[in-house]
Amino acid sequence: MNEYIPVLIMLVLAAATAGGMLVATSLIGPKKSFVDKMEPFECGESPIVSSKLRFSIKFYLVALFFVIFDIEAVYAYPWAVLFKDLGMFGFIEMMIFLTILAIGLIYVWRRGALEWD
Amino acid sequence: MGLKNRKYGVSPEPSREPLDSEAAERLLGSSVLVTKLESVVNWARKYSFFLYPFVTACCGMEFMSVAGPKYDLDRFGAALPRFSPRQADLLMVVGTISHKQAPILVKVYNQMTEPKWVFAFGICAVSGGFYDNYATVQGIDTLIPVDVYVPGCPPRPEMVLDGLMKLQEKVAKERWSDWPRGAAPVTDATKITEC
Repeated sequence: MNEYIPVLIMLVLAAATAGGMLVATSLIGPKKSFVDKMEPFECGESPIVSSKLRFSIKFYLVALFFVIFDIEAVYAYPWAVLFKDLGMFGFIEMMIFLTILAIGLIYVWRRGALEWD
Repeated sequence: MGLKNRKYGVSPEPSREPLDSEAAERLLGSSVLVTKLESVVNWARKYSFFLYPFVTACCGMEFMSVAGPKYDLDRFGAALPRFSPRQADLLMVVGTISHKQAPILVKVYNQMTEPKWVFAFGICAVSGGFYDNYATVQGIDTLIPVDVYVPGCPPRPEMVLDGLMKLQEKVAKERWSDWPRGAAPVTDATKITEC
C-alpha cells in the first residue's frame, strides 16, 4: 500500500492546484456585471428578436434569377469540358438550351425585372 | 477618436514608490523572491492571452499565418483561440468593421470577462483604411477602447508579433485601478445597468 502514497500526494496536489487557480481568480480577478454582459452569448446577436422580420419582395426575384442562371452555368461547365467528345450534336443541344434561357432573359429584361426600383 | 483618453490607458505612476524588495531578499537569503501581487498577476496575464478572433475580412489569412507554426503566436503565450468571449481576454479585431457589424463587435466586447484587451489588427480595424465610405466604421476605437494598433494591409506577421509584445509591455505596467473597464462607451444606456 505504501507505494501508492506518491499517487495520493499527486492527486491532492493536482486538485489543490486546480482549485487554487479557481479560488485565486475569483478573489483577485476584476469583475463587473451589467445587463448586456450577462445575456446569453449568441455570437454577438441579440438572443431574443421578433420573428416578424420584413424584407423587400424584390429579393425574391433576384434569388429566383440567380437560381436559373446558376443552373445554366452548372450545365455549361461539363459541356465545355466534354466539348470535343460531344461534337456537333452536343453543340446544337446546348445552343437550344441557351437560346431558351436567352429568350427568358430578354423577356425579364424587357419586363423590367432586372431593375431594382 | 475621443476614446483615446487616459481612462483606458495605463495610469501615470509618479507617485509610485520604488519597490524595496531587496532588503527583504537579503534578509531571507537568495532562495526567496519578494514581489508584489500586482506584478505577479501582470506577469501571469501578459503570458497567457486567450484570443477571441473576431475575423471579418482578408486580414484573417494573415492571422492564420501568424497563429500557425511558422510564426507561432504560441511563443508569446497567446495561442489558444477561444470562440466564446467568456473564456477570452484578448479581442483580436481582424478586418473591416462595417456599421452593420458594429453592434455585434460591441456586444462581443461587452460580454468578455475582465480583464480584457483589444488588438486592432490591420488598417481597416485601425482607421477604416481605404474604405473611407458610409458603410465602414472609421476605426474601431470609435466603438470600444483599443490597446494596440497594428496597421498594414495586411500587417506582416512580424508586425503582429511586435504589437503583441507591445501589449505585453503595457500589461506589465498596469495597475489594479485600471480594472474593471466595464461596458463599451457606445453601449445602449438601458443595457449597462449593473446586475
